[in-house]
Amino acid sequence: MLMGLYNYWVVVVLMMIGFYIVIAHGNLIKKIVGLTIFQTSVFIFYISMAKVKDGTAPILEQGTELYSNPLPHVLILTAIVVGIATTAVGLALTVRIKEAYGSIEESDIQSQDNLIQEAHTQDAQSQVTRSQVT
Amino acid sequence: MAFDIDTIVELISAFCLLIGSFLCISGGVGILRFPDFYTRMHAVGVTDTLAAGMILVGLMLQNPEALVVIKLVMILLMTLFINPTASHALAKAAIHNGLLPILDDKEGNKTENNYQESGSSNC
Amino acid sequence: MKDLFAVAMLVGIYGLLSASFFVAMDAVDVAFTEASVGAGISTLLMFVVITMTGRSEDPVRHKPLLALIVVVITGGLLIYGTLDMPYFGAADAPIHQHVAPRYINDSMQEVGVINLVTSVLASYRAFDTFGEVVVIFTAGIGVLALLSVVRRRDDDELIDSVNDSMHEQHLILRIVTKMLIPFILLFSLYVQFHGDFGPGGGFQAGVIFASAIFLYTLLFGLSTARRVINQSLIRLIAAIGVLLYGCVGVVSLLNGGNFLDYNVLSSDPIAGQHLGILLIEWGVGCTVASVMMIIFFNFAGRQEEQQQAKEKEKS
Repeated sequence: MLMGLYNYWVVVVLMMIGFYIVIAHGNLIKKIVGLTIFQTSVFIFYISMAKVKDGTAPILEQGTELYSNPLPHVLILTAIVVGIATTAVGLALTVRIKEAYGSIEESDIQSQDNLIQEAHTQDAQSQVTRSQVT
Repeated sequence: MAFDIDTIVELISAFCLLIGSFLCISGGVGILRFPDFYTRMHAVGVTDTLAAGMILVGLMLQNPEALVVIKLVMILLMTLFINPTASHALAKAAIHNGLLPILDDKEGNKTENNYQESGSSNC
Repeated sequence: MKDLFAVAMLVGIYGLLSASFFVAMDAVDVAFTEASVGAGISTLLMFVVITMTGRSEDPVRHKPLLALIVVVITGGLLIYGTLDMPYFGAADAPIHQHVAPRYINDSMQEVGVINLVTSVLASYRAFDTFGEVVVIFTAGIGVLALLSVVRRRDDDELIDSVNDSMHEQHLILRIVTKMLIPFILLFSLYVQFHGDFGPGGGFQAGVIFASAIFLYTLLFGLSTARRVINQSLIRLIAAIGVLLYGCVGVVSLLNGGNFLDYNVLSSDPIAGQHLGILLIEWGVGCTVASVMMIIFFNFAGRQEEQQQAKEKEKS
């Protein structure tokens, strides 16, 4: 029974590797790489479910009866191209973040945001005290 | 064993495929064992091109239909063009960035420092 | 692994390996797309971004133990969930029962193309493909909004002098590229129109066309490539691709059928299907090729702008 399910386990392992990379690394490029690995593992999941034993590629031919299921192929074809499109937008965002913050490490971005936040609250407090004085 | 033309063609095709696989493996061993970037690239460039060629010839002999053979011939031509060009591009990029090959000194010792910080080298 | 350059290369190799896995799983169309997109375009884009954002990452400062625990727990739950799934390759799995036999058995009579994936993609599920084309177009607009740079017109003489001096340096590469690019473009057209009979179709053709233009840009410089390929024309073609797709659907509506129902496009339903599939694959190919070119040109233009700003600071 276990040997029949090994393809799902491979998918789960890849998925967890991608998940770990996204949550454990601070560098934005590595997060995008982790998302790519996660995406590809989902593709492998669907495609391995579509395979029929002793079937061939889903192109009609004389003499073959058993074909692999074409429906997941269609869904994954769409998914691959949409994945590359979103990766491109993600990378564009990374470039702009680098230009705005000077670094693509999550901790640096977080600390810069905290500084800006503190500066804003200090400004707000000083305005409140000034209006109270006058 | 009947020595008709079919068996001979199959034997030649199997021979070509085996030679191609062996060349691929030896190219892989070359990447791991050679000491320098340039020697590694030489190993891979030469053996991978020949290996791809042999495998394609083997595949052509396996199924000698006209359309399949024409497509495989085109793939072979493209590979023969692209593989050496890619090796050339890699070597050019390496020289441009300052990585020098390990050469012998006048006394016969190997040079120690083979990274040269040059801005724009003439390549 | 601290070097992002090596990480990007490994992602490319991973894409190629998964493409060969897809071939082993009889998914030839998917393998084609994954090889061209995952092993080609995504690696290239990552390299361009790494050029702009820095090559190595900072050392990790916090301990990732909590992340590891979460991952292991989630993995365990998922593996427990897969114990009920059907076996690998079983022909009686529920996935093969309901819609797929109809596609496999009736596709030849209803649609008339022998590539089942194309018939499902372009005819049975054409609406999903329409959504996908719009998503690609939106991604192109997103990258345009984020990264486009307003340039002043480059001097033609300056470009020509730079071109001549570079020509000597990259002689072999340029000559081989000049010989190869027509074949790559021809191959992309072949893939586009052969999607009915073998693996192929609009997506792969668009990506291959765009990669030929990338090759040209890499070797001949961004300014020359901008003169060859007009940027506004590319944006127009991207919009025209989506519009063509939508128009086919609207024409079907006007002829009395449903949206994207190809049977009413011509007197004979099968001819109508063929016409509809041809037109929408053409629309998909146009949009994908031009959006890939838009994305690449904007990334490269931004990088060029950053380099020019750095040189101005130094001088």
